[in-house]
Amino acid sequence: MPVKLVFLGKLADLAGAPEREVEAPLDWQALVGTLGAELGDALAGEKVKVAVNGAVLSDKTALSAKDGDEVALLPPVSGG
Amino acid sequence: MKDVRLLAEAFAPGQFLEPFAQAHPGLGGICTFVGAVRADEAVEALELSHYEPLTLAGMNALADRALERFELMGILIVHRVGEMRPGEPIVLASAAAHHRRAAIEAVDFAMDHLKSDAWFWKREKRAGAWHWIEPRAEDHADLARWG
Repeated sequence: MPVKLVFLGKLADLAGAPEREVEAPLDWQALVGTLGAELGDALAGEKVKVAVNGAVLSDKTALSAKDGDEVALLPPVSGG
Repeated sequence: MKDVRLLAEAFAPGQFLEPFAQAHPGLGGICTFVGAVRADEAVEALELSHYEPLTLAGMNALADRALERFELMGILIVHRVGEMRPGEPIVLASAAAHHRRAAIEAVDFAMDHLKSDAWFWKREKRAGAWHWIEPRAEDHADLARWG
């Protein structure tokens, strides 16, 4: 099973789809590499958070996803 | 009691408020806030998206913090997702307590956090095109009120 990437908010527009499957295992460098320049830059910004299987990582660069994991890319939430 | 819901369809606040009041016999007061999609000439629709594994869990954790922080008998939080038209309710926050101040403050606390610290992404449709809504500086100031 691959890793499932989930794009939230405007990242889904940048990605062209709300989800994408990528090969496991997936670390931070592989994630940035697989996303391409525009998404990779957006992800590297300090305001985008990353969650693995519903748990937000305190340090997204420590990402270590394996087969079957769901990795969500979370831009800042919208204002009121 | 704690009642936290995420709804994909339109709701009428009254359908939740009556049962919530009845579930707290002996209460001294209930404070309720209903937020609706603001009517703005240019805005045709508002869409809220969420992330299932985080959004409802975060709302539940917020309700727990309100119950811990204020002297409440119960709290009710209902939030819409999906596409909405101006005038439609988006959010309902209600608190029941023996004394009014706890209920009023708990609702204020819940709303400040739902607005800026909950897992929702919003976009609005203007002239047929969707535009994402960015975070606002005021939201951080609103959160800072609660320490």
